[in-house]
Order: sequence, then structure tokens, then C-alpha cells
Amino acid sequence: MAIRIILRVPDERLRQESEPVTRFDAALRLAIDDLEETRQSGPAAVGIAAPQIGWFQRVVIVDVSTKKGVANHGHLILINPEIEHWEGYDIGREGCLSVPDYTGNVIRATRIRLSAQDPQGAPLAFEMEGFEARAVQHELDHLDGLLFIDRVVSRRTDLFQRKVYAARPGAAGGKPT
Amino acid sequence: MLTLVGEDRPGIVARVTSALTEVGCNLGEASMIRLGSSFTIMLMVACPSPGAELEQILTPVAAELHLRLHLDPAGGGLHRHLVPNIQVRVMGADRAGIVAAVTGALARTGFNILELESDVAGDPERPVYIMNIQGCSERTLETLREAVAGLGAEGIAVDIAPVETLIG
Repeated sequence: MAIRIILRVPDERLRQESEPVTRFDAALRLAIDDLEETRQSGPAAVGIAAPQIGWFQRVVIVDVSTKKGVANHGHLILINPEIEHWEGYDIGREGCLSVPDYTGNVIRATRIRLSAQDPQGAPLAFEMEGFEARAVQHELDHLDGLLFIDRVVSRRTDLFQRKVYAARPGAAGGKPT
Repeated sequence: MLTLVGEDRPGIVARVTSALTEVGCNLGEASMIRLGSSFTIMLMVACPSPGAELEQILTPVAAELHLRLHLDPAGGGLHRHLVPNIQVRVMGADRAGIVAAVTGALARTGFNILELESDVAGDPERPVYIMNIQGCSERTLETLREAVAGLGAEGIAVDIAPVETLIG
């Protein structure tokens, strides 16, 4: 295991699209160990994506279980993750290991359905909401060369009243899952 | 810290920042916003020349754009950000004293305001004052909510929520 260097803006490599994982072997699991150790080494990050350490494969780690009162699925290693369905939206403040000393408000879906594979290649499926869904969307963006700064709507006060935008039965995109 | 205020018109930011760039100034954090019919600029400028010279450069530009100019030596520098952990949303029928009442209650808990913006919405006959504050507090949500609880009786709705900053 090793702590790897985290790429930081304006490093152009953060903008490249990552390749799907095709070999679920020991080398993959060693690289995942490095990714996790790197995540743990810095400020309290709830997630990390492989391209942040210069590894351009579709692998992310998300763990929001350390946040009090947040619905979560524990420590997740997600290989080739895909969001299959999303609904609702909310604004929340985000920062990034690759963009030090900057936070901003970003719109994300509030509920997602996610498919992925585990480090052995077995299929995974999750339904997620809130902070965990936000973390997954933030990390998946990295796999497509996107950063939260591409999506910042306001660095200022959250102008939107969350309550007003709560999903209503029968509202657009409000398909029950 | 450079402060400029004046009647809004297109091109203010471009003209001011070009003048600063020409003399080798470096621009940092800024707040630039239209308030009423005025445009306001508060801008951190790192300048190779001393403040007096900066004033000389900017005075004609400010005169040309009909802006009032003010310069303060500012400490700090970049990378001194505080991350807010509390958001306060306030709404009430517009009347004098809402800001003082809310911020007074928050200040007594030691709440530190990082950003405050407010607006008047609603019908001209029945204006509604809306204010959003982000700031830092080490007190619990319950303590903060208790501090503003009395304001409801005065017709001021105050919603206090945590800001969870996601780092990923």
C-alpha cells in the first residue's frame, strides 16, 4: 500500500475520461488499496475517484458512514459505476481534494439508483439518497473528467428553499422507486 | 481592499480591472454585485506599487465611471477561507429591525457571519424581507434555534439548518 499524489487543478489529466475496468485481478485490488489509503491520508474526504491519483480507470470509493445521521451503505468500492435513474434535486456545498481551499454550491439529484461491480467483478445495485447520493455523483463526475467547479451555481448563500423543492407525489421525475 | 460604488452601467468591471492589470496588480477575492441601481465592488488587490500610487491610477477611472472610490490597507491574503457550517434563512413582512433582531440573537451565541445577503420581494403593497446568512458556529442547532425562537411571535420566520460540506 502507498499514499499516492493527488492531482490538483489545473492539471489537465483530471479532465480525461477514465476507461472501464475489464480485469478484476490482484493488481486491481492493490490499486484500490492505494486509492483508499490516499483518501484516508488527507482531510476528511467522504470519497475519492481513481483519476484523482492519476489512475484512469472507472473506480471510486465512497464512505459517508462517518457523517452523523446520514443514510448510507457503509464503505463502498464501486467499479464501473453507472447511475441508472435519478430524481429530485437539491443544492449542497462541495469541496474536492483536487481543488484545495475552495467550496461552492452544486445542484445534484437527491435520489439515485446505481449499478456497479465489486472488486471481484460481481454486480452491485444500490438505491441512495441525500448526502451519499451527492458523494457518488461527485465521484462519478471525476470518471468523466468533470469537477464540481464545472457545476457550481453559487458560492453564495443557498438561495433555494429546500422544502419548496421537496419531491411531491406525481411531480415530474417523481417516479417511485 | 478596494471599494467602488456608483450608478450601474455596462463595462465597469472591465474598465476597472484593465486599469489595475496595466500597472501589474493582482486581483484576489472579490464581491461584485448590483444593489438597487448601484453597482458595488469590493476587491482584494495585491499591488506592486504602494497605496498612494494605486489611488492615483484609479481616481481618473472612478471619475470617468462616476464611481466613489475607497482604499483600505487589508491584511490577510489568499487561502484564509472559513467554511460555513450553519445556514440561516429569514423571511418576514418588511419592517425596520428584522436584521438587527435576527443578527443580535445570533451574535449573543457567538455566531460568526461569513456571508449575508438580503432582498425585498413580494408586492409593493405587501413587501416581504428575505435574508440568507451563512456562517460559523460552535453551538448546537438546538441552541441556535432556541436563540431565535422568540422571533416567530414578531412575525419573523427563521430557519436554521446545518451546512454539510462534502469533500470528495
